[in-house]
Amino acid sequence: MGDLLTDEALAWIGRSDPPIYVEVSRRDIVKYAMSTEQILDKYLKGDEAPPMFVASLSRDVAPLADLGPDGIPEASLTPDLPLKRVMAGGVEFDFHRTVHPGDVLVFERSLSALTEKQGRTGPLIFVTHTISCRTEAGEPVLDQKQTRILR
Amino acid sequence: MVDFSKLKVGDALPERSYTATNVSLFCYNAAIWNPHRIHYDERYTTEVEKHPAIVIDGPLQGDWLSQVVVNWIGDDASLVSFGYSNRKASYLGETLTSGGTITSIDPSTGDVTLDIHIRNENGEITSPGTAVVRFQV
Repeated sequence: MGDLLTDEALAWIGRSDPPIYVEVSRRDIVKYAMSTEQILDKYLKGDEAPPMFVASLSRDVAPLADLGPDGIPEASLTPDLPLKRVMAGGVEFDFHRTVHPGDVLVFERSLSALTEKQGRTGPLIFVTHTISCRTEAGEPVLDQKQTRILR
Repeated sequence: MVDFSKLKVGDALPERSYTATNVSLFCYNAAIWNPHRIHYDERYTTEVEKHPAIVIDGPLQGDWLSQVVVNWIGDDASLVSFGYSNRKASYLGETLTSGGTITSIDPSTGDVTLDIHIRNENGEITSPGTAVVRFQV
């Protein structure tokens, strides 16, 4: 395959970030539910979190000074790669439990794969992160595999 | 109310159309705290990242895909797994339609698998996905 992924970059596979603790608030659920045009009352009232809301909670919230020219903070757990433009790829979830206001969730993220592919308009790098979410008490909430595409 | 005993492979789930606007994308990206400029800065999006227009977030389309499932099951079943890929970008001004079909039913476990999709106005599937839901049996 191509030569975009150096040994140094590939050595990042398997690294993980310190856990992220997130306290779920009803207001945040409601904002998410409104902006995504949910129709179920349990989401619109914030009694339960829509599944994709939970996925958004592991996003970095960085100081403005740390945002790059594209607006995104420098990605943790991603080595310096020769392709810079970020596209959303895909995501897979296994759900174990619903999420409600007041839940304290613990997200643990690791870099699980770096893959080079040839796209229609040029080379692409697929960056795959694995994210596990548990409650503070250790109860499984969801397991997520998330892919970003660099072009 | 979904009646598990009456489900058939090939049954279609309700479709729904979404037309994102600058305002809806602002609210969504604020809600998930996504400062990527391709969702609100048109000049940067077209001149620097070379998109034809403001980009509709992939995860937002992922949410619309999840809604095909959760809005259909309500509280009659639970969402076990769900996945999708964003195969083709979609841009501000497009109307996207979500939908899905039942691909398998397991009467012993109550598991129902679904193909779900986002389709653009040209009829192209831009984001295909799958989901598994579990009914109490």
